[in-house]
Amino acid sequence: MKPTLLDLPLQADDKNKRIINRILNTPSLLVGSIMLIILVGLAVLAPFISPYHPSDQNLYAILQPPSSEHWLGTDQLGRDLFTRLIYAARTDLKIMVLAEIIPFCTGVFLGMLAGYYGKWIDTLITLVTDTFIAFPFYLIVIIVAFASGAGQRGLYITFILVGWIVYARVIKGLSASFRKQEWVASAQTLGIPGVKIILRHLLPNVLPQAVVVLMTDMVGLLVAIVTLGYLGIGIAPPTPDWGTMISDGQSFITTAWWLSAVPGLAVVYTGIALSLVGDGLADLWRRK
Amino acid sequence: MISMNPILEIEGLSLAAKSKKQLVTNVSLSVGAGESLGIVGESGSGKSLTLRSILGLLPRGVEQVSGVIKCDGRAAMIFQDPRGALDPLCPVVRQLAEVVYYRQNVSRRASRTIALELLEMLGLPDSLKHTDRYPSQLSGGQCQRIVIAIALACKPGILLCDEPTTALDVTVQQQIIETITRLQSELGFAIVFVTHNLAIAAAMCSKLCVMKEGKIVERGDSLSLLQNPQDPYTQMLINAVLPLPEFERSAGV
Repeated sequence: MKPTLLDLPLQADDKNKRIINRILNTPSLLVGSIMLIILVGLAVLAPFISPYHPSDQNLYAILQPPSSEHWLGTDQLGRDLFTRLIYAARTDLKIMVLAEIIPFCTGVFLGMLAGYYGKWIDTLITLVTDTFIAFPFYLIVIIVAFASGAGQRGLYITFILVGWIVYARVIKGLSASFRKQEWVASAQTLGIPGVKIILRHLLPNVLPQAVVVLMTDMVGLLVAIVTLGYLGIGIAPPTPDWGTMISDGQSFITTAWWLSAVPGLAVVYTGIALSLVGDGLADLWRRK
Repeated sequence: MISMNPILEIEGLSLAAKSKKQLVTNVSLSVGAGESLGIVGESGSGKSLTLRSILGLLPRGVEQVSGVIKCDGRAAMIFQDPRGALDPLCPVVRQLAEVVYYRQNVSRRASRTIALELLEMLGLPDSLKHTDRYPSQLSGGQCQRIVIAIALACKPGILLCDEPTTALDVTVQQQIIETITRLQSELGFAIVFVTHNLAIAAAMCSKLCVMKEGKIVERGDSLSLLQNPQDPYTQMLINAVLPLPEFERSAGV
């Protein structure tokens, strides 16, 4: 056989190097990741960073302004605010991540089922998601949180019940669009079982989008955790939490404004970091 | 055009959109084992729909209104856009081996061996055997070869080709056509070849059907159809094949 174009070498490339280059060329991802790493670092290393314990009271030094001894001052019980801030990050970030796992999995799975099979499965799942969306989000959250009792368990139950809806909706649309592509149709005619197509071929294709949604959804979840804490139906004291810190500081807003402002800014900081990472990932995958 | 021993027989096939718009009307054709039939026509003439209906691959909203499709033996399909016919996030040899695994009922290990043999048969580079690659890392022609290999993994009695060369460069088109023809003579499957390119269809197939607006307007042996077209539309298609300018001959003489 005469030589053909096919005898030329395949377009090989140094994959790892390219990925690193692409991340460096996506500023939002880079900045967001650095912000997240700092935050998680502070939270994880909290006991080593701060000499104080978050519940240690010192009634001789209450409501102090920031100083070299207490970087962000102290609250009404003389507890070090910076220490409480980074310990609260531990609680809130931990719940944020853990509470997303089950909704993420069920939402993506149900979305793929609805988008891939369509018909009655789609109708059923759309019915449920639309019903949930018709209610104000916080109304559902507060009702379920009340019903399941304050504290972390209530938060988890709440988000397992309502968290999957966002994913199901996005992934349903995406799966339906993949379904129309030829490779899915051809896989079906080639006799590959539906479950295998969904898990081996559809899942990797919808996962990037699901992760982008995960990032933005975590921001919403963090705000919900903090809001419930603020309302007194979330994390119960003395466990440090940004929401309870904001509500505790409220009484001293005229004299020691930083008590409420600092945990509020921490929420904003986390929100910005997660949004930047989400945007960056979306950019990265769109440019591919 | 009744073959003695048809592997595929379509009789009185009509397809319509949900809006009752008639897309394909009363199409009948038959293909014997090892034969090759070309279906030509402009875009929207219903040739692709006819082909897809054989595998039940009709787009949502299109229904078979009447007619019978009888297909003895397995049918496999090659698509117009080879990249679109492959999972973009799954390495190609793995995709090929997966189809072998499900269609030939062999072990995972054996399916990989068979997949590698198919690569060789299709003239794909040996480097694929060591390092699997994603569709985006292959050229269009290489992707189309993978798609053909996947189709062959089903051991088809009939190969349905839906404009398999349209999305490729002219030189690659030639190679793909040669490959399909070579494999047909080696493996003896039948072919239904849908294209708007009369020249390619005539070169590949012994019989041709010309379709227009959902109907077959003319059919017959390729040669006689080209030399003596009965329908004005066929005549138009033949005239539409651009001849190469004859610079060299006039300069050479």
